[in-house]
Amino acid sequence: MPTNKTCHGFADAVSDIPDGASIMVGGFGGAGGLPFRLLTALRDHGARRLTIISNTAGVSMVTGFGWPKGEKPIDHSILFENGQVARFIGTYPVPGSVSLRNAFQAAFDRKEVALELVPQGTFVERIRAGGAGIPAFFTPTAAGTRLAEGKEVRTFDGRACVMERALRADFAFVRAAVADTLGNLMYVGSSRAFNPAMATAADITIAEVDRIVPPGKIDPERVGTPGVYVDRVVARSA
Amino acid sequence: MSDPAPRLDRDLIAMRVAREFEDGFVVNLGIGIPTLCSNFVPEGVQVLYQSESGVLNYGPLAEEGRGSIDLINAGGQFVTPNPGMALFDSAEAFAMIRGGHIDVTVLGGLQVSRAGDLANWFLPSRGIGNVGGAMDLAAGARKVIVAMEHNDRTGNPKVVDQCTFPLTGARCVDLIVTDIAVIEVLPDERGLLLKEHAPGWSFEAVQKATGARLERSPSLAEFTFA
Repeated sequence: MPTNKTCHGFADAVSDIPDGASIMVGGFGGAGGLPFRLLTALRDHGARRLTIISNTAGVSMVTGFGWPKGEKPIDHSILFENGQVARFIGTYPVPGSVSLRNAFQAAFDRKEVALELVPQGTFVERIRAGGAGIPAFFTPTAAGTRLAEGKEVRTFDGRACVMERALRADFAFVRAAVADTLGNLMYVGSSRAFNPAMATAADITIAEVDRIVPPGKIDPERVGTPGVYVDRVVARSA
Repeated sequence: MSDPAPRLDRDLIAMRVAREFEDGFVVNLGIGIPTLCSNFVPEGVQVLYQSESGVLNYGPLAEEGRGSIDLINAGGQFVTPNPGMALFDSAEAFAMIRGGHIDVTVLGGLQVSRAGDLANWFLPSRGIGNVGGAMDLAAGARKVIVAMEHNDRTGNPKVVDQCTFPLTGARCVDLIVTDIAVIEVLPDERGLLLKEHAPGWSFEAVQKATGARLERSPSLAEFTFA
């Protein structure tokens, strides 16, 4: 693997993403852990017919979810507004309140975007499996519900379980606090969320970080994602 | 049909649910009425809150303007650390949930059936729903409590013989706490046991507001909060 993965600028980091690509986007949904500079660069880059794989489809811009009061949220909505997304795979596509509509909902209502809804624990386990070479697994989650329709069901220890397939993507956008030039990532707080799993499950993983440091400056005990999974690191400040 | 007495407000529903928490319980609270339960944990009971966002043992909500974007609960609210807090990623958060390490989850509900089926994620009139972690919690938590209003805005019962809304989980609910009743879901589809009713209500009045047959607990009593 290359020993310096530093990428100079967000535009560079996403410049080779083709139309039709599948992209995982980390974070739980709020500002913490969300690689929104990469999302903005992808909007400006303009690739179309994308599959976006993320916990939410962008609810903060209409609800403020997970953003400090007084700041203007940025989220996945900028891609839906720009007509770049053909398919969304995730767990929480729309705002909790029925009276609020996000850009995903508008695109969904116009039939521009397809939705694959996945229970959150199954979602992250499919991604974990995708990164770990496990093609499929069984889980009791969703057994007997419409989210299990069309899937193989087997009974283990008297309990119905649904077969779920691993999930991978062409690209993963993850967000961490610190990267070193080898691609080791350090996370803080609840901003881990889906980032560590997604970092393992894409052909090309791009990490948006607050700062990039030389090897040795991250305590090995604090490495949340080992550099072997990471292809590019790009810093929010120089 | 008129109510024989007022229905309890959301705080009182939450207060009654919180009486189910035991010292040392690991508890995951859903959004809505369930979130309110943390305001009413009985004195002498220490509960460790777990969140899908990757936190075990978080404290109260942060004061306005003092929170960190790197410490949120599953509702996107800024919380504060408790001594002994643990942080982890989503895979671990759901290993904890599916693996039976959560003592109690409190979830909101659209419908609960006589067999303990729960519907809470998809409102047909909206045509789209958020599933979030609800299905994993329904399948994996050791005890599932549903906190909800007994009837919807137009008066339709939410405790029903069969759910008509899409399910969150089959036969997963253990206890239902509403604004007029505490109902235990008996195992093996043995029915619904009315254990408590709101002050001024009776078995007959609760039964009338319910869409499934209730059994009367031999110790049927008014709601107790202490």
